[in-house]
Amino acid sequence: MANKAIVATKVGMTQLWDDENRVVPVTMLQVEPCRVVQVKTDERDGYTAVQVTFGQREASKLSKPEAGHFEAAGVEPGQRLVELRIDDVSEIEIGQELAADVLEAGEKVDVTAVSKGKGFAGVMKRHNFSGQKASHGAHRVHRAPGAIGACATPSRVFKGTRMAGRMGAEKVTTLNLTVVEADPERELLLVRGSVPGPKGGVVVIRDAVRG
Amino acid sequence: MHSTDLVDQAQLRNDHPEFSPGDTVKVHVRVVEGNRERTQLFEGYVIARRGSGIRESFTVRKLSFGVGVERTFPLHAPTLAKIERVAVGDVRRSKLYYLRDRVGKAARVKEKRY
Repeated sequence: MANKAIVATKVGMTQLWDDENRVVPVTMLQVEPCRVVQVKTDERDGYTAVQVTFGQREASKLSKPEAGHFEAAGVEPGQRLVELRIDDVSEIEIGQELAADVLEAGEKVDVTAVSKGKGFAGVMKRHNFSGQKASHGAHRVHRAPGAIGACATPSRVFKGTRMAGRMGAEKVTTLNLTVVEADPERELLLVRGSVPGPKGGVVVIRDAVRG
Repeated sequence: MHSTDLVDQAQLRNDHPEFSPGDTVKVHVRVVEGNRERTQLFEGYVIARRGSGIRESFTVRKLSFGVGVERTFPLHAPTLAKIERVAVGDVRRSKLYYLRDRVGKAARVKEKRY
């Protein structure tokens, strides 16, 4: 598990030039200061994590259980509650603020988010099948999967056979991205490469577990 | 206003002169050889400008020993020492790819007369 983690929203991608004038593609993540609402400990919860919130939410838009939860912690209500799995929570207190400076430039991180939904997608897009021929007698089967099994034995289709269906909108983690810049003043985090999800989506960043 | 402006603005270069496709420009490019740096010159017609913001780039075409050479530069790259606009061209389109199919006198761009 990770030693540190933070929540951010994806702003978009852009590019920078490094010291050697090479272009570096970066994803810009906005890290609003996160307020710790609850600390989960081994003794009480059986695992360790920090529950945080960020941004603001009107009191009238909170459900009563939510309002009570924030009040008990004495923390200003935020847009949503996110749990960050962290190994060592002994130094984290309720009400504490986490900012972009938990991470440093050059560090490797993993970024988790819900990927963009692709709707009902065919097998070429969903499972990288090759499709079929463009010509040579191919008739209306150019993007079709082809055979999905044998004949009288087993006379059924095996479970788990890859076919068309809903694609995307699932939790995806991109491993080992490099932090290019962490700026708590501008609430910014620049990460090299792409990050799952749409612009405006919530992402969880943690230090790389397989670094 | 673009969502990534917070990062982009600091890197945009506004020290370049205005130029558009058809213009003749001299591009001074910084070249690093080992630990020595020198400036290389690339002079020719601008045949295209594409993209916007930090990703904007332009293509310059010149004839070198009878062979057409094209080079595309990112407009905001720190490797560009200077861009000089030598002549203003009189052209009717924004992409002058037709110059690639022409040779000799036909491959010229008319200069703008005021």
